[in-house]
Amino acid sequence: MPTTEVSIPTSNATQSKGAEPSSQQPYALDFLLKMYNQMLHIRLFEEKLVEMFARGTMPGLAHLSIGEEAVPVGSCNALRNDDYITSNHRGHGHCIAKGASVDRMMAELFGKETGYCGGKGGSMHIADFEKGILGANGIVGAGMPIAAGAGLGITLKGLDQVVCCFFGDAASNQGSFHEAFNLASVWKLPVIFICENNLYGISVPQSKHQAIKDVAVRAVSYNMPGKVVDGNDVLAVFEAVKQAVELARKRGGPSLIECKTYRWRGHHEGDPNRGAKYRSAEEIAAWMAKCPIKRMEGVLLAQGADSKRLDEMREGIRQEIEDAVKYAEKSPLPPISAALEHVYV
Amino acid sequence: MRELTYRVAIREALQEEMRRDPTVFVLGEDVGKFGGCMGVTTGLLDEFGEDRVRDTPISEAAIAGAAVGAAMVGTRPVAEIMYMDFITIAMDQIVNQAAKMHYMSGGKLKVPMVLRAPHGTGRRSAAQHSQCFEAWLAHVPGLKVVILADPANAKGLLKSAIRDDNPVIVIEHKMLYNDSGPVPDGEYLIPIGKAEVKKSGQDITVVATSIMVKKSLEAAQKLQNDGIDVEVIDLRSLRPLDTDTLLASIAKTNRLLIVQEAPVFGGFGAEIAAMVAENGLYDLDCPIARLGGWEAPMPFSPSLEDAMVPNADRIAEKIRTLVKM
Repeated sequence: MPTTEVSIPTSNATQSKGAEPSSQQPYALDFLLKMYNQMLHIRLFEEKLVEMFARGTMPGLAHLSIGEEAVPVGSCNALRNDDYITSNHRGHGHCIAKGASVDRMMAELFGKETGYCGGKGGSMHIADFEKGILGANGIVGAGMPIAAGAGLGITLKGLDQVVCCFFGDAASNQGSFHEAFNLASVWKLPVIFICENNLYGISVPQSKHQAIKDVAVRAVSYNMPGKVVDGNDVLAVFEAVKQAVELARKRGGPSLIECKTYRWRGHHEGDPNRGAKYRSAEEIAAWMAKCPIKRMEGVLLAQGADSKRLDEMREGIRQEIEDAVKYAEKSPLPPISAALEHVYV
Repeated sequence: MRELTYRVAIREALQEEMRRDPTVFVLGEDVGKFGGCMGVTTGLLDEFGEDRVRDTPISEAAIAGAAVGAAMVGTRPVAEIMYMDFITIAMDQIVNQAAKMHYMSGGKLKVPMVLRAPHGTGRRSAAQHSQCFEAWLAHVPGLKVVILADPANAKGLLKSAIRDDNPVIVIEHKMLYNDSGPVPDGEYLIPIGKAEVKKSGQDITVVATSIMVKKSLEAAQKLQNDGIDVEVIDLRSLRPLDTDTLLASIAKTNRLLIVQEAPVFGGFGAEIAAMVAENGLYDLDCPIARLGGWEAPMPFSPSLEDAMVPNADRIAEKIRTLVKM
């Protein structure tokens, strides 16, 4: 019997190490500062949540993306304001990177009327709908068919927007992954699938939930470009997504970009000791040493940014987050009648 | 008035809405050249082209999900699920996504999509191609659920569903596609949420949907000669439910029989019975009765299949018992 060999591309992106700038391309300092600023917003917003969850002052549950900030920031900076994204349960970063403001986000997490969803969405469904965020999804993998559909809608309307779909490594095992990838590729829909591979599906390591190391190899099955990038390198993410966006915008079809990264916290706040039940302290420490924000600081300083200015920026954001908490605290709860509003248009 | 088949009436609704609104499009398995498994979309491809009449892969979750996404960015998809049984594969997108986006977003997103699916028995299609899942869907706040029982209602209800800004599940019956009936000329809409009294009567109210409306009317016809005057109501819409028409009818006839094709246990008839018990109990002269499918998966063998679901004789027999009580 003849056998057929399928060539499977592995990582075709240069994975940069340490604090080296990832690309030779020059970037305007302001652009780099903007991305740094956004990553810091995500980090400090979520660090504040850690503190408040520990104190027991937050309702519900939250899945944090501390350590993964480079992925949403690198990706969303490759998008236009009128481009769409679909987000998932770990979505605060997507929201901030697409331009949401932290006060209304915080209000949503407090279940307040001034929150983006009027307090009816919470952490898992938080989104700024005026920034092209087509909801954040609590069902793993459900955003992928929706992103394909948004791409279809855009195509039918003859527009040149694109859709960026964020999902995790574990979501790539859902049937919706296959159905959506197949549909997006056969119809050449303007979708950029971005896999945030943080190496775990809740507690199960990737090696135990799929027989591949790189989710990106699955792109071969759909005849779409697949690429692995260092997800802690915001510029590597930006470059890869930018290329995919260009392809999608000119009707060249979808792409899959896998960003290798790591969540510093547990699956959700309440998963104790940074997920120590299923991860070694050494592994966690090794990934924390690869902090995407520290790394960007290195790039900025190398390009002549003033370290004092960076400190001021950090303090400014910290204050902004404190103000957001105050705004959320002061905001009214939705009236009980709101529970029955917006069931139907 | 002209006569059209149920199939052509549904097709006309699609054509008229696609001509009226360029954002309306159709997607589903074999809806293009093949004209859909039930022949509903025949000819649409020639008129509207491949962009707006889209053959999909056999991927029900992607069909429903694509409709959700496309609806959220401002188009009006009409998705076809070939058999209602296959809706199981699309349930996340329907129940967790389409039904909840408007709510979870605090009213910012909307999902103006239609999902058409044929239910029911009669084609000897066995356990996985014969089911009636309307009760599942009607259980979900955020969805609207309508059922098409005759050509005129089929056209008017589907047009309303396409123009609705909410996700609407439109259920068809696979044994009705060849039935003919009068259909008004020109533009008309039938509002979602209004039942129709198909036959006025004094002695008992029979409530049904889909093909069971036809079978109930046949039963009523048989009983006319025996002097039993049956009122038959087509619910048309399960969610929202027109309770006023139902309660007014029961106040007049003082008897209620609910007929459904789905198994009785946990079916939509239970909801009707509970609603009437809560709001119309003192109008009743006898217990509320339900007639429905037997509690088993649908068997293939034609003799078994026919035995499983109510028919006109069985409905008439039940009515005779009830009017004597």
